[in-house]
Amino acid sequence: MFANLRHLFRYRALIRSLVARDLNARYRGSLLGFFWSFVNPLLLLLIYSFVFTVVMPGARPAELQPFALFMFCGILPWSWFSASLLEASNSLIAGSNLVKKVLFPAEVLPITSVLANLVHFCYGLPILGLFLLLYDTQASPVKLVWLPVIVAIQLLLTIGLALLVAALTVLFRDVRDLLANLLTFLFFATPIIYPISLAPASVQPYLNLNPFTHLAVAYQGALFRGGPFTDGDRLLVVAAESVVVFLAGYFLFDRLRDILPEEV
Amino acid sequence: MSGHAIEARDVRKIYRRYSRRRQFSTLKSALLSRSLLRDLRPDDAFEALGGVSFDLDTGRTLGVIGRNGSGKSTLLKLAAGIGKPTSGRITAHGRVSALIELGAGFHPEISGRENVFINGLMLGVPRREISRLFDEIVSFAELESFIDAPVKTYSSGMYMRLGFSVAIHVDPDVLLVDEVLAVGDEAFTHKCLDKFSELRRRGKTTVLVTHSLDLVERFCDEALWLDQGLVRAQGDPRRVIDEYRLDVAGVENAELAAMADQAETASGGAGIVEAGVKPGGPEDLSKAPEGRWGSREVEITRVDLGNAEGRPTHVFETGQGMRIRMGVQAHQVVTDFVFGVGIFDANGTCCYGTNTLIEGGIPESIQGAGEIEFVVDSLDLTPGTYKLDLAVHRANGAPYDYHRQLHVFRVTSHVADVGIYRPHHHWRFSGGVHVEGLR
Repeated sequence: MFANLRHLFRYRALIRSLVARDLNARYRGSLLGFFWSFVNPLLLLLIYSFVFTVVMPGARPAELQPFALFMFCGILPWSWFSASLLEASNSLIAGSNLVKKVLFPAEVLPITSVLANLVHFCYGLPILGLFLLLYDTQASPVKLVWLPVIVAIQLLLTIGLALLVAALTVLFRDVRDLLANLLTFLFFATPIIYPISLAPASVQPYLNLNPFTHLAVAYQGALFRGGPFTDGDRLLVVAAESVVVFLAGYFLFDRLRDILPEEV
Repeated sequence: MSGHAIEARDVRKIYRRYSRRRQFSTLKSALLSRSLLRDLRPDDAFEALGGVSFDLDTGRTLGVIGRNGSGKSTLLKLAAGIGKPTSGRITAHGRVSALIELGAGFHPEISGRENVFINGLMLGVPRREISRLFDEIVSFAELESFIDAPVKTYSSGMYMRLGFSVAIHVDPDVLLVDEVLAVGDEAFTHKCLDKFSELRRRGKTTVLVTHSLDLVERFCDEALWLDQGLVRAQGDPRRVIDEYRLDVAGVENAELAAMADQAETASGGAGIVEAGVKPGGPEDLSKAPEGRWGSREVEITRVDLGNAEGRPTHVFETGQGMRIRMGVQAHQVVTDFVFGVGIFDANGTCCYGTNTLIEGGIPESIQGAGEIEFVVDSLDLTPGTYKLDLAVHRANGAPYDYHRQLHVFRVTSHVADVGIYRPHHHWRFSGGVHVEGLR
């Protein structure tokens, strides 16, 4: 397993090219081109702002202003997470031609899905930054140093899950549909469109079982909230979880590697 | 480098078929019926390879032949490392490049240029080396003016040329080729073969899976014949191919014999007349389909094909002798009769036709049972499938019993010559002309 991981490292140039290809190909033939990477999160922000400021203004807690921006801090990484997993679950089947006919480490494909969406996430960051400056939230720029740490942990977690989902989808095609519903559920089980403080105390332990809760709270802490960064222990927990998930995901993928070409 | 480039030791590959799970094909149904474990158990196993062992020395070219489904492609994939044998071991030493499907993994939306890089990286070539080889790859594929267009605009030929070019330029130590030469135009095929020869000269090892026996004979140092997942023969290509040809002829013979039996039953029994055909026969014989008609005062009761020695067969080598034996039965004394034979190729072209009247035979009488033998000393036809017209009719053409293309035989040849007739011939050279290897 670890030999294969090392082996995978040799294919980093391929992963880089595949990510570039993915980004290139995605917007080929569209008028706005890669501007969609900016426009997509903007539109999402617009929709949530509309819902929470016009349709149900009472739903937002008063101390989180502007609320749309608070949500955006969670939605942006969530989009990366969910899009990665959805794409990864389909990646081996979409690339079945490669898996069956070319000798290369197949985990390259789900990893590419995650990384391509990481790039989209990074495109969204300047927009987030722009609005944070515009609205002058209380967050101090010093806390931004936490951002790469949180991103790195999320990356590890997402790749682990992506490998798991990709391999399982090959064996059971229904994982794809299951996943779409599971992600919707998980979205609402994560304090993204509500602050975790708003959840009843009896529910909070359950929310904390969700690794993405820690990530979302950490993003909000680093980017939105005032005061010092207090989510260090949350990060530690999710970092440990991510390492376990990654190893488990890779282990499973590695075990299934030889039957993948037959089953896709 | 010396020693073995590929070693296979008792390689077995069993493909499992999950028919039950495929039927429902969902995790949900498996969970609901609590039969996940049972459904995960294969219902059926298909043995693609049943213990194949061979060694291929470095620098040799191996041709793998065998009928469809004999495990050739499976063997190649395992040698390439795509999938693992169920048991046994197969190793290829050095950098392996597998031409299993050309251009597998090209992305249609991006340019040929980007695809070349990605394809190369996928085959394990460092970026620097691809940059160095890039121009050569493109010019070999003859795609200089299209390389920056998206691959989706390529014709299938362009697509395959590019795929081939990348795969062959990665400088493999072991090249595995699966029947990819069947595609592409003549000129490109020649170019590919030249490239193979070049690799061979440079001491690279090649495994060629192909149905073209000719290619194996010309290009390979060794041949391996796979039959239902087992090695039937290995060694000198000429010998292996001959054995293979003989076996194929045997199988064809069995098939044709079965067809002959069918024809017998279809037309058997007096009085049965092909539907839609008048007892007098169709208006225009040349357009008539297979069938049997006639008034049956005289009947052809059985037809046997045999070789020069009379041994029954339906497959003949060009130039071999052939005997067509017909049993006849006359239900009354008949004095006006002609026996005829016609040989038609697969297109329905008459290759030869004759009868006893044309050749000056004067009928005396038929009474009761009898036998006619049409003996061909040398069947000088080109390879292909042929059908026979056999008939007994009156001198004015009114048939007693007409068998229209009911009997089939096949002609094989070591040479893929063309036409409908092969004059007995040989070549002679004199002066400064020297030719080797003519058969």
